[in-house]
Amino acid sequence: MKLYHIAKNSFFRRKTRMVFLILGLLIAISTVVTLITITRTMQEDIAVKLDEFGANILILPKSDNLSLSYGGMNVSGFSFNTNELNDTAIPKIRTIKNSENISIIAPKLLNVGKVQQQEVLVAGVNFDEEIRIKKWWSLIGNIPKQKGEAVIGAEVKNKLKLGLNRTVKINKKIFSIVGVLEETGSQDDGLIFIDLREAQELFNKPQMLSLIEVSALCYNCPIEEIVRQTSEILPAAKVVAVRQTIKNKMDTMHRFESFTIGISVIILLVGALIVFTTMSSSVSERKREIGIFRALGFRQKHVLNIVLLEGFFVSFITGFFGYFVGLLISGFTAPVLGVTTFSLSIDPVLLLGATLLSIIIGTGSSFYPAYKASRLDPSFALRTL
Amino acid sequence: MSLIMINSLVKEYNGASDVVRACDKISCTIEKSEFIAVMGPSGSGKSTLLSIMGGLNHPTNGEVIIDGLDIYSLAIEQLADFRREYIGFVFQSFQLIPYLTVLENVMLPLAVTDYSNKQQMEISAEILNRVGLYDKMHRLPNQLSGGEQERVAIARCLINRPPIVLADEPTGNLDSLTGIEIMELFQSLNAEGQTVIMVTHNPENAEFAGRIIQLKDGKIAA
Repeated sequence: MKLYHIAKNSFFRRKTRMVFLILGLLIAISTVVTLITITRTMQEDIAVKLDEFGANILILPKSDNLSLSYGGMNVSGFSFNTNELNDTAIPKIRTIKNSENISIIAPKLLNVGKVQQQEVLVAGVNFDEEIRIKKWWSLIGNIPKQKGEAVIGAEVKNKLKLGLNRTVKINKKIFSIVGVLEETGSQDDGLIFIDLREAQELFNKPQMLSLIEVSALCYNCPIEEIVRQTSEILPAAKVVAVRQTIKNKMDTMHRFESFTIGISVIILLVGALIVFTTMSSSVSERKREIGIFRALGFRQKHVLNIVLLEGFFVSFITGFFGYFVGLLISGFTAPVLGVTTFSLSIDPVLLLGATLLSIIIGTGSSFYPAYKASRLDPSFALRTL
Repeated sequence: MSLIMINSLVKEYNGASDVVRACDKISCTIEKSEFIAVMGPSGSGKSTLLSIMGGLNHPTNGEVIIDGLDIYSLAIEQLADFRREYIGFVFQSFQLIPYLTVLENVMLPLAVTDYSNKQQMEISAEILNRVGLYDKMHRLPNQLSGGEQERVAIARCLINRPPIVLADEPTGNLDSLTGIEIMELFQSLNAEGQTVIMVTHNPENAEFAGRIIQLKDGKIAA
């Protein structure tokens, strides 16, 4: 028999006391796990929803010249710039350290085209990416699937008297209009969208890009860091964070984080207090037992270790099972809170974190009672002698 | 040299209004293999003397020398080691650990030694066999009779093979027949060379001892 056998038997055979102790800490740990899981899921949910508002990073060519305006943001005058963007930038963006946070990369070539003797801004885009980044688009018809197809904005449709299934000649090349955008209230209304490759051929700008819009899921990453990493990898480009979108997004997320941390700290303090008071009263109740240990030749450190080991057993079991209880509670609570993206999957990091946190709180809170127990005068503890 | 030498031992407690002197300049010697009964009325200082001899209770004055060692000159942790090596306690009302089985209670003093689990089991089984509780080693204390619990307490006190057994009213909670059985057990231990010092009120128990130390008002009366 070793000291941990004594602690283990005390733990498993003194059921009533241990049930209360475990319940106290279990409620605290599972509540914290629930809060963290729900908040994290809500953050992801919000991040995804906020990302629906579009790009939060713009990559532009560095230029000192005049610029065109696009989407309320300045776009460098591609005709005169000295550091033009090209297709090679896209795979490079995927190699940055925080690349897993990059959700959508939507490159564009903007050029003025001649349509019915009028100048119209033509955007060469990757339609698959464009549709994802502009979730607010409402399209009548389809997105182009093959060469020679185009989508037009509502203003283009009205001013040039164009429509679905008709054709439009851009710089002498004919395109079928397969989709018409409903009015967006943005500059997209005055644009004609064609495939990026076709635009590069049409305007004789092979591989050239005017700008790249990037949507980054930044609930757990500083957007400034992504901007910095992208700037490093594309030194000839100007990488700009769309401040307002990011600020609102980050503010919302930080409020959730602060709330979770605040509540968690309070709950954990209550949990620590429960362990402390239960262990303290247990030590008081066990004075006689501690006296026996000391009379039988146990050193002070042996008594200290027995009480600490009991605290360790309680907190380890509580932390481990508290995580699963918390996860289950999250599963029931998430739909009530309107979180639709919750999945009941085990997060090993959170499981480890919950167990470690529980051990720190449980063992830490047991330290003073254990110290007190070890310092008990054996003759005082053994009144019968 | 005597196994135990007590010189001018004084123990005072702070009472509610005044200082109570539980042991008043007690001096005595106890030889190896003696069976001593410490007797006296309640409050005469018997249990205090026993706890001081066991290294559990620091005296106010005087010295306790056991096997040539002034035990109260030892540091706290060394005093614990001394108790483990030299003293076996049998407490009044058994004082078994309720959540440990008979076997675990007996093995308890070995939990802080270097004995392996196997060695501990072997030693404990041998002693339990001797006190007639081998078959009940996996029971909890509350599943035993008073006499059986007392025998477990005796087995526990012997597990370390201590030179000195200190017993405080070992038959206080037992019927007379069981009490006699326990006293016979002490007597047989003593016959094998074990030094036994027993506090008792009971003159019949004292008859088993080789010598009686009579205390009155904290002093040796006879």
